[in-house]
Amino acid sequence: MAETTVIEAVRSTLDEEMAGDDAVFIIGEDVEAGGVFRATEGLAQKYPGRVIDSPLAESSIIGVSIGAAHYGMKPVAEIQFADFIHAGFDQLCSEASRWSYRTRGDAWLPMVVRTPWGGGVHGGQHHSQSIEAYYAHMPGIKVVAPSFPADYRSLLKASIADPNPVLFLEHKRTYRLVKQDLAAAQGETQLGRSRITRKGEDLTIFAYGLMLHESLAAADTLASEGTECTVVDLLTLSPLDTETVLEAAKMTGKVLIVHEDNLTGGFGGELAALIAEHAFEYLDAPIRRVAAPDIPAMPFHHAMESFFMPDRTKIAAAARDLAAY
Amino acid sequence: MTAVRSRRERSKQLIDEYLLSEHQLAQMYYYMLLARRLNERMLALNRQGRAPFVIAGAGQEAAQVGAAMALKKGTDYVAPYYRDLGVNLVLGMDAREAMLNLLAKRDDPNSYGRQMPAHWGHRERRVVTQSSVVTTQFLHAAGIALAAKMRKDPIVVLASCGEGSTSRGDFHEALNFAAIHRLPVIFFVENNGYAISERTDKEMPLEHVADRARGYGMQSAVVDGLDAIATYQTVAPAVAQARNGGGPFLIEAKCYRLWPHSSDDDDTRYRTKKELQEWARKDPLKQFRQRVEDDHIFPPSELDEIEGRVEEEVRDAVEWAMQQPDPAPEDALGFVYKEL
Repeated sequence: MAETTVIEAVRSTLDEEMAGDDAVFIIGEDVEAGGVFRATEGLAQKYPGRVIDSPLAESSIIGVSIGAAHYGMKPVAEIQFADFIHAGFDQLCSEASRWSYRTRGDAWLPMVVRTPWGGGVHGGQHHSQSIEAYYAHMPGIKVVAPSFPADYRSLLKASIADPNPVLFLEHKRTYRLVKQDLAAAQGETQLGRSRITRKGEDLTIFAYGLMLHESLAAADTLASEGTECTVVDLLTLSPLDTETVLEAAKMTGKVLIVHEDNLTGGFGGELAALIAEHAFEYLDAPIRRVAAPDIPAMPFHHAMESFFMPDRTKIAAAARDLAAY
Repeated sequence: MTAVRSRRERSKQLIDEYLLSEHQLAQMYYYMLLARRLNERMLALNRQGRAPFVIAGAGQEAAQVGAAMALKKGTDYVAPYYRDLGVNLVLGMDAREAMLNLLAKRDDPNSYGRQMPAHWGHRERRVVTQSSVVTTQFLHAAGIALAAKMRKDPIVVLASCGEGSTSRGDFHEALNFAAIHRLPVIFFVENNGYAISERTDKEMPLEHVADRARGYGMQSAVVDGLDAIATYQTVAPAVAQARNGGGPFLIEAKCYRLWPHSSDDDDTRYRTKKELQEWARKDPLKQFRQRVEDDHIFPPSELDEIEGRVEEEVRDAVEWAMQQPDPAPEDALGFVYKEL
């Protein structure tokens, strides 16, 4: 069967959404030429006037999207690299996140901000970052970080249809690395739902993005050694599917959380706290985290980059320790 | 008899020059006066301990009312800032609502008690919800205008701020974006001379904010913001031009902040009584009344009648608003996400 890459899933979904609804438009840097990762390739020609090159100014991209969404359009903004989104932090966190709250639902923002995140592409400090924890902290913004092409597709559709601002994180390392036969994929994924991707009784791994794939690879290794892992693809970080998270933690009583972001203040801390607070009696071991070291950002040199990144080997080692506890 | 007729003809001629009808001029005075009297009463309530916070527009009423009257109500959008009570009154807010807002009552349609007072927002009136962060709304204005342009809706957006806010990046980004796309936005800067305690020379090395426009390839104008008629006469053609595809316009209205920054500010730390007294003589309300009396547009009795009406509306609004319900504490939780 024909397999679809992550980037093609994103591109074709944008195409379909634009075809289906005149209110959907794209704004971002270099998007008319197709974008640096080619996520919007061909769309400017197909939908004249609805793919808009912005000046090189992230606050503009997000602030203008807010205004357009308020007016009733459905902007899909692209921030070229997640590392540069912080220039728009104010617009996202002081404005977009509170639009519904501060008007008690009189006004709302059907807008999506797509951005490539994560490392493993020799992107150095400013083309590799994990930014999810900053934004998952902010109620009012939904934060989505899929792993498989089919989920990119259904969650991008759901994000565009959602009346709230959605930060849609696309792991750039997976853009062309991860492929899937969309027709054979599991059913539509819903915003706000996580998925138990693999079931095993010895321990539970929580991950998202590239780390979900690394976790699945580690689970394969452990299975060959006789240890069976449950692997949860979080998919939406905010609002978090606490029900599935707690269910998966209780299933095995041993929890390993994996993320590419550095350890302190990372999203794993929230997961660990949630599980400790609500599933303490089910736990047979301390909750463990595999994360990047607490240094400002991913260094450029390939050896230091590999040192920084969690991977299947590091995850498998942590999982073995945990299984043996 | 002849004297009366010629006086009438003279006033008719003046009205033509004003570009405003007699009715509009009366409304102009009413809105400016209502804004001032409301603000005065709000400050009194604050001093009595009945309102935790007041931020007012005293000295800027002429600029606000003059500019807002140049818009099409219910069609055009405004992205105002916290001093713009006058703008909101023109667009349909009444005295009772202003007091609901001050007291953060449950039914205040601006934010239902969720924001500090003077953080406006009203969907039907096309007043865009605003935060305390300054000039973020300039980009929202550009986005609304972009969307309207895409849909070919002939609307105009008026975004306003004080001169202090023009130091922020979003101000510059918005001007740049709107100019690139020739969007129908009027960027309206109410230069009141102060950003809390900082005089304009600490905010920019230029005399006029309007001079910034050239750097963005945008038209601009400076107007006496103490003169409501002059402000209207400057804003109205810019609005018409923007509506017809002429692109954005930066208008700087020179005003003066007659009061401290807010109810929590002590302006004696940074400006003299003498300075205040000089500016108080140029009070835009006094100037307006003087002018329409001198030009024989209205007999003094008619203006007195407006004053009486405003006093009564403010008195009624306070009495009424104090009786209105507060939000329930647990109402803090709802509407984090919109559900359709």
